[in-house]
Amino acid sequence: MNTPLDTPRTRVQVEVNGSTVVRDVECRKHLVDFLREDCGLKGSHLGCEHGVCGACTVRLDGQAVRGCLVLAAQARGGRVETVETATPGPRLKALQDAFVEHNALQCGYCTPGMLMAALDLVERRPDADREQVRVWISGNYCRCTGYHAIVDAVCTVLERQRAGTLGEEVQA
Amino acid sequence: MKSPAFDYIRATSPQHALALLAEHGDDAHLLAGGQTLLATLNLRLSQPALLVDIGALTQLAGITVSGSTLRIGALTRHVEVEESPLVARHAPLLAQAAPHIAHRAIRNRGTFGGAVAYADPAAEWPACVLALNATLVLLGAAGERRVAAADFFRGVYTTARRSDELLVACEFPVIGAGERHHFSELARRQGDYAIAGLAACARVQGGAAARLGDLRLVFLSLGDRPLRARAAEAVLQAGALTPERIAEADAALRAELDPFADITHSAAAKKQLAATLMRRALSALCKEAP
Repeated sequence: MNTPLDTPRTRVQVEVNGSTVVRDVECRKHLVDFLREDCGLKGSHLGCEHGVCGACTVRLDGQAVRGCLVLAAQARGGRVETVETATPGPRLKALQDAFVEHNALQCGYCTPGMLMAALDLVERRPDADREQVRVWISGNYCRCTGYHAIVDAVCTVLERQRAGTLGEEVQA
Repeated sequence: MKSPAFDYIRATSPQHALALLAEHGDDAHLLAGGQTLLATLNLRLSQPALLVDIGALTQLAGITVSGSTLRIGALTRHVEVEESPLVARHAPLLAQAAPHIAHRAIRNRGTFGGAVAYADPAAEWPACVLALNATLVLLGAAGERRVAAADFFRGVYTTARRSDELLVACEFPVIGAGERHHFSELARRQGDYAIAGLAACARVQGGAAARLGDLRLVFLSLGDRPLRARAAEAVLQAGALTPERIAEADAALRAELDPFADITHSAAAKKQLAATLMRRALSALCKEAP
């Protein structure tokens, strides 16, 4: 194998939380490292680094992805959303509030990934029941809460959304 | 861990990808969805000098039906298979199997062709491809060739695809009248690798003591590739599906399987789980359609 002795680099242009970012990065750099090291966005966490724990979950072109299983180079030309988006929509804000309300975090390491996975669920599966919530977030590990409080928080937001009270509470 | 250094080129056409493979040989790896490749690079299980990203080749993605053939482009994401009305109607086995593949965020990126070409013996798609008697479409410098699923899977991570070829699509015969599909697997947690899994399809006649024809039972996670249980199939198709016949098939299945033990399950336990999956599949296949 002719492993390169240098580390090849490439230019990446990505829209991150609504702003265009252009950086020269190593070809091997993952999206989550790109966000943390090159964009200064430390909200997305790096856990297992091989796609198991979900702590690095962000959205790429509107879909939840593992930040450690996507290269920054692959995201070139794409649109990335992280938990620290400057203008959280009513759903993300409601999820953040519900996590606090239900004590759905302790150390907080899994929380950004959990929120991004939950945001995807609330948008795509508005009718999800408790069991479907559990399946949807099964790819996100939490070692503190035992999950019940997280599921409670997500279900609360789903119920509020179904009742049509999500936007009002955020504005209040 | 961080992956070793590599160069990266985004292919602009299938021919561009083939030219890069020809030029770089074993130093180049194809990158499709990356949900296995990038994880293994992070674990430093391989050290390619170049990743050829075929992810932008949208002409290799998509699901179409033409006549009696359902075609799934190699770059179709797992989630697109999972949510496709065409797949649900014409190849329900695939729709049933999709939710078992890892987790939503991984299904959003991982590709159908990537999983088939990687040929992990614990993966869902290779077993489904074999059970549905699919044809794999491979593109090389000399043009396309077609390989039957039965000839495609050769061993652990090993297929009939040559290293200078691209898997471009899988073609499935659409489900026929009276045919039924059933997929199930056993895993310790949602999304984990299957301890054992079964992709089953058959033509079903009759109710209480049904008769099965064109039965195909393909197990995953029980050998070095997806495995057809031909002895059990033969017993089950020899007459009406009585409890005695099912018991005989159970014995035939245990005799023909030779699974490896894994870190948590002995070979005997895996055989037991395979037999359980077979009984459940028979019951599901024979259940009257609603």
